[in-house]
Amino acid sequence: MRRRSIADFMKQFVDSLIQQGYFPGAPVQVVYAIAMVLAAFIVLSVFVAPLAGVTSWLERRVWARMQSRVGPNRVGPQGILQWIADGIKNLLKEDLIPAAADKLLFPLAPYIVFVGFLCTFVVIPFGANLVVADLNIGILYLLAVTSIVVVGILMAGWSSNNKWSLLGGMRSAAQIVSYEIPAGLAVLTIIFVAGTMSTQGIIKGQGWAPWDWYLFYNPFTFIAFFLYFTAALAEGNRTPFDIPEAESELVAGYVTEYSGMRFLFFFFAEWGNLYVIGAVATVLFLGGWQVPPVGNAFIEGVLQFVVFFLKAYLWVFVAMWVRATLPRVRVDQLMALCWKYMVPLSFLCVIGTAAWMVVLPHGSRWASVGMFALGVLILGLFVRRLRYQIHNAKPELYLRPYI
Amino acid sequence: MGEAVYPESEVFHTEDMTISVGPQHPSTHGVLRFVVRTDGEVIGEAIPDVGYLHRSIEKIGEKCTYHGYVPYTDRADYLAAMFANQGFCMAAEKLGATEVTRRGEFCRVIACELNRIASHLISVGTFGQDIGAITPFLHALRERETINDLMEEICGARLTYNYIRIGGVGYDITQETCDKILVFLDHFDPIVDEYNRLLSYNKIYIERLANVAAITKEEAFQYNLVGPNLRASGVKWDIRRDIPYSVYPELEFEVPVGHGEKGTIGDCYDRYWVRMQELQESSKIVRQCLKMMPKGPAISKVPRKFKPPAGEVYVRVEAPRGDMGYYVVSDGTEYPYRVRIRTGSFTAMAIIDKLSRGIMVADLIALIASLDVDAPEIDR
Repeated sequence: MRRRSIADFMKQFVDSLIQQGYFPGAPVQVVYAIAMVLAAFIVLSVFVAPLAGVTSWLERRVWARMQSRVGPNRVGPQGILQWIADGIKNLLKEDLIPAAADKLLFPLAPYIVFVGFLCTFVVIPFGANLVVADLNIGILYLLAVTSIVVVGILMAGWSSNNKWSLLGGMRSAAQIVSYEIPAGLAVLTIIFVAGTMSTQGIIKGQGWAPWDWYLFYNPFTFIAFFLYFTAALAEGNRTPFDIPEAESELVAGYVTEYSGMRFLFFFFAEWGNLYVIGAVATVLFLGGWQVPPVGNAFIEGVLQFVVFFLKAYLWVFVAMWVRATLPRVRVDQLMALCWKYMVPLSFLCVIGTAAWMVVLPHGSRWASVGMFALGVLILGLFVRRLRYQIHNAKPELYLRPYI
Repeated sequence: MGEAVYPESEVFHTEDMTISVGPQHPSTHGVLRFVVRTDGEVIGEAIPDVGYLHRSIEKIGEKCTYHGYVPYTDRADYLAAMFANQGFCMAAEKLGATEVTRRGEFCRVIACELNRIASHLISVGTFGQDIGAITPFLHALRERETINDLMEEICGARLTYNYIRIGGVGYDITQETCDKILVFLDHFDPIVDEYNRLLSYNKIYIERLANVAAITKEEAFQYNLVGPNLRASGVKWDIRRDIPYSVYPELEFEVPVGHGEKGTIGDCYDRYWVRMQELQESSKIVRQCLKMMPKGPAISKVPRKFKPPAGEVYVRVEAPRGDMGYYVVSDGTEYPYRVRIRTGSFTAMAIIDKLSRGIMVADLIALIASLDVDAPEIDR
């Protein structure tokens, strides 16, 4: 049986409705367009909003545990519905636009940021069949739409007519534009290896076993992964690169003048973006939804979904962990890190991978297994260091998660 | 001649931006305000604007009796209220030639050093927060809560203690509380190591602080810096050691000074590091006091109508923010004729303008945090 994507199912459904005469006289294209808008709305409300919301709850909760606090635990079991309460609260707030702000750009900016984040969900797959559109330029599209975010942030910074906002917007523009380069080059190494820009194609080029992942394909992709993750943290304005909204320096950066739902849109995008970062890392480097063959198609589909989610959320968790641990870098240090270290290193990765492709066009099994062993070794050393720290932490560790 | 088509001032010109940092800015530690002139991210000058938290504490001193003024001194620096209490009481005792009981002195030192730990915890915690690491701040506040609990057991208050009275202390520290303090110190000493592992040795943290806004020894003298800020510049000066008061001469403790741990002497990291070491020194002092504490009354007999003979006196105590001086003039009545409080934060504010020239906005925040200026203490 040919595997069909959701889009095919949807087209079939709409076609059948047209044949049954539900939309007499309407042009077919208009019906399609309306159906797509409806589908987008459903996807947004059913999937993306809870995703960003639950990520926000998870972040607050994880962060609280790391800081020996409790965190939100009142709304719903363990406070998991906190984001709904926050959303309702922010919707009911007064829609405040400062008198000196630009009347057109100020309300527009949150939506542009939001659109930039939302469009990424088009190409992110959750399973072999669960993808909105398997574009053949998927990754390029992803890099392109995430760049829209910076326009929104600059707009917010400029239109607020607030000096802190302006400084935050400028910092953000400089930061995101700079870090697009190492991120793009790190992605390019994987495009070299996979030979395709389609997200599904990249995942299909990998296997379920870790040594079949592109992460361990060769030493250069291994480095590229860390480059990508660091650059993505910087693009997502996450600590240690959260200088555009550094609350102790710039009050709140470009969101200083925003309140209510507009404020929430920025953070909606930020938390959703956190998931996008994890998902893209999973697609490119960690084998995506690949699972061992099970036999039953339904179980396999569910497994693929779960595996993809867990892998993506692992990196979301790491980003939260990093945020709870590290201080913030300074603007000039941030730029120095990008231009002096990460850009040359990512070029090295691209050239190295290209050379590798020439020498070993089909990859090397030994190199993959060797890199996998190295990865396990690094993880082992990290865990050992972690154990040492926990062992040496004399004060009572608050490890009980259910307070 | 390649003359510019437009005069520079008409089309292509740059403007300095004047930003008001505070008084509601999140990292000015209360209600400070700086008028900052910046060229993009680089600061041209940052002029401190003090006075937002002025409560006329000195003037109130002229309207209260000596006993009645002690609670007001709490508010002079509410993060280290014990030292403000002690400074005023020592001044009053010196005026009235009042003896302090020996047990009272030990109680004072224990309470003060615990308060110093609490105050330094706030200082290093908010320092981390200003640099962007929020976890150390909450971990520091966690330990400070325990100290607040201990303080509550000692004197019934958690922030404004009103514990030290003229002639001794208000309440004796019971054996039970002593045991609890010891348990806390056993718990606290390893935690300093943990802070070091989490924050002090963090690469980003060191990069942010080392070589930033270094104060030389000469500058420190010129601008009259005191306390940890002075010691960070490499000057071994501590009122507890050099102008001894209370029972400090009997106690053994080190005076940590800045050695340029990760950068130059007197940079932000040194100021941070001196405070981290003082945490351990204070813990040591409290341990010694708990061992040496004699039996006896906690407060000597002091007349309710305390009327010191006419005269004037200046006493200094080593508060967490440095030399805290009380200048009290008596005219022989029940009320002081004049009370003047000299605090470390106020003088530290003056050097910010000089150091801020040419550093970045983020460094200014680090500089303010490293000087540990405290709004109530600046304005009184």
